Parts: sequence; C-alpha cells; structure tokens
Amino acid sequence: MAFESLSDKLQNIFKNLRKKGKLTEADVKAAMKEVKLALLEADVSFKVVRNFMKSVQEKAIGSDVMNGLNPGQMVIKIVSDELTTLMGSEMVDLKLNPQTSMTVIMMMGLNGAGKTTTSAKLASKLKSRGYNPLLAGLDIYRPAAVRQLQVNAEKIGVPVYWDDKHEFLPPDIAKNAVQYAKENGFNLVILDTAGRLQIDKDMMDELHEIKEKITVDDSILVVDAMTGQDAVNVASSFEEKVGIDGVILTKLDGDTRGGAALSIRATVGKPILYVGMGEKLDDLQQFYPDRMASRILGMGDVMTLIERAQQNVDEQQAKEMEQKLRKASFGFDDYLASMDQMKKMGGMKSVLSMMPGINPSQMSQFEDAIDEKAMARTEAIIYSMTPKERANPEILNPSRRARVAKGAGVSLDEVNRLCKQFEQSRKLMKQYSGMLKGRKRRGFGGFGGLGGFKLPF
Amino acid sequence: MAEKKGGFWSRLVHGLSKSRDTMGTSVDDALSEFTSIDDDFYDEIEEILVMGDVGIGATTAILNNLKQKVKEQHVRKPAQCKELLLQSIKDEMNVGATDYRFEHEKSVILVVGVNGVGKTTSIGKLAGILKNEGRKVVLAAADTFRAAAGEQLDIWAKKADVPMISGQEGSDPGSVVYDAIAAAKARGADVLLIDTAGRLHNKKNLMAELGKINRIIDREYPEAYRETLVVLDGTTGQNALAQAKEFKEVTNVTGIILTKLDGTAKGGIAIAIHSQLGIPVKYIGVGERIDDLQKFDADQFVNALFDVKASDLQ
Repeated sequence: MAFESLSDKLQNIFKNLRKKGKLTEADVKAAMKEVKLALLEADVSFKVVRNFMKSVQEKAIGSDVMNGLNPGQMVIKIVSDELTTLMGSEMVDLKLNPQTSMTVIMMMGLNGAGKTTTSAKLASKLKSRGYNPLLAGLDIYRPAAVRQLQVNAEKIGVPVYWDDKHEFLPPDIAKNAVQYAKENGFNLVILDTAGRLQIDKDMMDELHEIKEKITVDDSILVVDAMTGQDAVNVASSFEEKVGIDGVILTKLDGDTRGGAALSIRATVGKPILYVGMGEKLDDLQQFYPDRMASRILGMGDVMTLIERAQQNVDEQQAKEMEQKLRKASFGFDDYLASMDQMKKMGGMKSVLSMMPGINPSQMSQFEDAIDEKAMARTEAIIYSMTPKERANPEILNPSRRARVAKGAGVSLDEVNRLCKQFEQSRKLMKQYSGMLKGRKRRGFGGFGGLGGFKLPF
Repeated sequence: MAEKKGGFWSRLVHGLSKSRDTMGTSVDDALSEFTSIDDDFYDEIEEILVMGDVGIGATTAILNNLKQKVKEQHVRKPAQCKELLLQSIKDEMNVGATDYRFEHEKSVILVVGVNGVGKTTSIGKLAGILKNEGRKVVLAAADTFRAAAGEQLDIWAKKADVPMISGQEGSDPGSVVYDAIAAAKARGADVLLIDTAGRLHNKKNLMAELGKINRIIDREYPEAYRETLVVLDGTTGQNALAQAKEFKEVTNVTGIILTKLDGTAKGGIAIAIHSQLGIPVKYIGVGERIDDLQKFDADQFVNALFDVKASDLQ
C-alpha cells in the first residue's frame, strides 16, 4: 500500500526480522532496502537517504548483530540511533537576550508555510515566559496578511506594529518597529515577513537588508513539514543568502511523515526549535530529536507520555484507584476521576498517539471509536447523579434513572446503557483482579490498573 | 492558435525554468554520461525522478515501462533513451481526456485543500479567467475560520470585479454556501466559486464539515454541474497524494489545481498524481499574475519539464 506511514513500514519490516532467529547479511540488506523506500516515500532527501543507508548498513553488518540475541532489536537500535544523530542529538532553544534588553526574531519562509500563525504562536509562548512581545507585520504584499496577524494577535493579547499609511518598505518598517518597541517598553519583537520563494532575488535581498538595518538575534525559517525533496534547496538557499539560526516545522499534526525535518537537519545542520501541531494558538511545541526519531520508527513517543503521566497523575490517587479496582468497589466518582486524569494528559487520543505499537492507521480507527463528545455526555450523566448514587450505582432504580436522564438532558436509554456497561465493567474487574492477585504488576504506578478497566462507552 | 500556444509555452517554460534546470539537465547529463544501458543507468534515472518528487511508486512504474520499451525496440545507446523515457512518463500520466464542462454550463466549483496551498489566490485567478471568458461569476467566502481569509478573497473579488458572498468569522460555512447559492440563483450567475477553509486531510471533523457543504450544494442546487477541485502545493512532496486521496473520500474530486510551480519544486508531483491517483491536474499556477493560472496539458508539461521542443519530437 502506497500510503503506509514510515512507522507502519518499518514496523512491518522489523516484524519480519523479529520472526527470524538469526539475522543474515541478506536480511539486513533486504530490511535496508525497505527502509530506503520508506524514507524516500517520507520525502527525505535522496542524498540524505543515501548517506543514511550507507552508515546504517556499515554499522549493522560490521557490528555484533549477527550474533546478537535479538537481531531485530539491534537493527532497530542502529537505525534509531542513526536517525537521532541526523536529527541533532539534543534539543536547542531560541537565543534570547535577558529581558532587560531587546531581542529581535525574524520569521521567514516560503508562501503558505505558516509564518503568520507561527509568529502569533511564538509570541504567545514567549509572553508566557515573561517577555513583553511586539509583533511586526512586514508582509506588505499578500492581501490581508497584516489583518490575519492582527486577528491572531488580538486573541493572545499582543499588539501589532505595522505601516498603516503604506509609506515604507519592509526593512524600514522593521527598523521603525524596533524603535517603537524600545520607546514603549517592549523587550521582544517578532518580525512577520512576507512569504517568498528562495529564487526570488529581490525578495531575498529584502531579508538581507532587514538584517543590515537592525540586529536580528534569531532568523527563523518556517517550513511546512509536508515539503518534498525541495526542502533541502529551500533551507540551503535561505541559509546561504540570509542565514538561519533555527527552524520551526509547521503542520506536523497532519499525517505527513515529515521527512523534511530530517533532510533540513542533515543538510543545513540548523536546529529545529519548535513544531507546530495544530490550529490553536498554543499548539507550538518543543522539538525533541530523540522522541521524533523513535516516533518515526513507530516506537511511540513514550518519553513524553511518561513525563506527562508523572506531572499529572497523583501517586496517592493512583494507588487508591488501584485498590478500588482490585476490589471492584469503584463507583461513578472513581470513573470521573480516571476520566479527569486522562484529560489532564491531553485526552484519550493524545495518550493513544504516543503509545508504542499504535501506528497512525490504527490511530484513525481509534479516533472513530473514541468519541470525545460521547465522553462529555457520559460525564453529564454522572454529574446529574447524587453523591450517594455515584458511590453506590446499584441503588439507581428506574425512577432515579429517569430523574438523572432529565437532569443530563439525555434519553433514559442512554442512562440505562451507561449503568449496564458500568455494571459489566465491575464484573469484569472482579474476575480480572482475581486473576491478577499475587502476580507482579507491570507498567507504571496505578496505570496498569487503568489499562484493564474497560471504559464504559 | 500557434501563437496562443507559444504564449502558454513560454510562460510554462519560464515558470518551470528552475525545475527544468534540475530534472531536464540531470537526465541529459545522465544520457550523455553513460555509455551503455545497464542497472547503474537505471539507478541514475530513478534517482533523478525521485529527487524531482515523482515519488518511488510512479518512478518504479515509469522505469518498468521504459525497460520494456528498451527491450522491445532493441535500443542500446542511452542517448536514444530520452524519447522513450518521456513517452513512458506520458504513458504513466494518461488519465483520459480532461474536460472543462464548468466553462460552458451552469456550475458550482468547490475548491478545497489543506492550509497554505494557495486556495484563495487560485480562486481569485480562476474568477478573473472565467469573468474574462464572459461568464457571470459569484464568489462564496466559506472560509470562516482563518483570520482575515474573507478579506483576502474580497480583494481578489474586487480585482476580478465579481460579487462575493461572505459570513462572519467563525460562522457556519454551510450557511455561507446556502446564502451564496441563493445569491447565485437570484443573479443568474453561470459559475459559483466556493472558497473553503484550509483543512488538514486527517482532521475528521473538518472533513465531515466538507461533507456537509457538499450535501447543501446537492440539495439546494441540484441542477448545477458540480466541479470539485483540490488545490495542492507544488512544493509538497509525496504527502500531496495522501491529501488528494483523503479529499476524494469525502467529496467527488474532479480535478486538481497545482500551485507554486514557479519555485524550485521539480513539478514531478504532477506525474505522481496522474500515475498513482488518476485524477487529472486541471490547472497549474506558475506565477503571481492573474493569468499565471494555466490549463494543464500533460504532454506539454512533460516536454517543458525535460526541455524538449514539441518540434523535436515530430
């Protein structure tokens, strides 16, 4: 199937490898061929792929892979290590001056890469870090570009400087913006420049001129994660003609395989600072090269998952929950609490997407199954119960159920269904906890317990 | 006729000049470099095509086709391969005749695509073209999501001098479409062009919204000829295929507008789309001006891509 994701592909390849007891050189070669095709389909630059294949193959065949206990894992490790190295082995942040002085960030990129939206996202992010940002609209070409910036800026409460009288060219607007910022107590200016093609000499000169007129601390290239083979040319031209300090990848919430990330990193050697993951203005996330590499390989973004779990799951609460689950004495209150935890971690979908072994195509099936609206309805039903009913679901007789249905604004059927499913889950848990008794528990904290709890929806 | 063709030709070549520099000249280099047709030669061609965004699937198909031709015609010199290669590519791109019925009938053109591919700009250009052909055009700004999208379209509407129907930012795009259909009927418009919000094709809800817009058009304007164009960014890699495919699942996609071919993108994605999806590219955008949106012709496109003058082949 032509549209399988890179993770799918590699998982399939390595599934085959795992099945074999021993790994021959021919196996490595066959696997490598598949890896190559997968990387090319992921739009990784051909040259990057070639170098990548070379170094992986050298390492794979030269090392102890053949004698290793689990050859498949060994190959995964080599490929993953190599990918991580290519991506840049550690995360890098923006070069920001102390808040007592001025920092200027220039956003640049092709048309439609997402500069304006990303500018606003970045402003919002730095504002929450204590900076006082000013956005400057330098796109005097595209119809309504400044308007788009203004609307977004308003949502995050950041002012926009622009040339409302249409008097100046972008380099002078930039200069005026920085001047204005200094006079009005801002300590950070984000220049939202117009989209341009890297072969458009005049437009590239304009960026260069901006950098001559004012001190730009960070020149950020905004790149659409879906860019094809051309990503390398784009990045190297901007680097050559203007100079890049960092890269922000946008639209990574699509199903793109993001080969552009790899290509850019490998050819220009500039760090990827952030990734844009959605349409909301707080959807700019830190870029973690190692996590990205393992995600590409379909091993899941486990680090992020664990981190979020640690941040949000109350240890004590988790233990209590586990006890209750084992005794099957949990009520609707506990169910609410577990849903709440799930929400804190970014919702069911977000948790699932980071799980190892769940690839994007399976993910879309889950998305159909997990209707977050239905979960909200379930919540409404539970909130319409009295505390007593929540703790003892068995007292919910037909008249109580009718009242709950009215309160939650749902049909009686829905309430009945929820109660029935809940009862079944409890029964299931009873059996399950009997099986578990005395066995060593896996997973982290009370989480393993939650995994066995069949959510009633 | 010849002159008109020449005008398009030079613009296309000009727009693609950067792309041609890479794909066309690389092929020429390979053809003169290699002395025999062997695996290395095919590998070289494969690399050139893949680097031109043709994609591994289409590239493999093209190469198989080429190998077949080379064998059948007993060709031994790489230099003789160029015409065969071009023919193989053209074979792969053949999706039958492309029609532009919306130019002659009362029609609704729904334009969809992911964010930032140039939907609004393409619609602006298309409105100008249709208007110049003497068609009565109405625009509908159903992108009620992106900040200032309506204003951007409005500027284009004024440029092309066509009326535009819009709604409040954040309002239901379905209602804008509903109003626009009523307006199109009332004004006796020939073509209703609908701009929609950019949506990533893997976002279920947004794609469902598109389904709704579709149903509204079907219900309110059944007599109109339906055209649904997906706008794809020429610099997008193989993900463009996934985009087109997903849009095809929720709407009846009848054609593609490929934009931003004036950059350095090799344009090979057009080959991939035809070969792998069988959806015709109907327009390509090769520049900023209103007449830089051009009807697409696969044969001419391939010739331009590999810098072959039509006369050379006859």
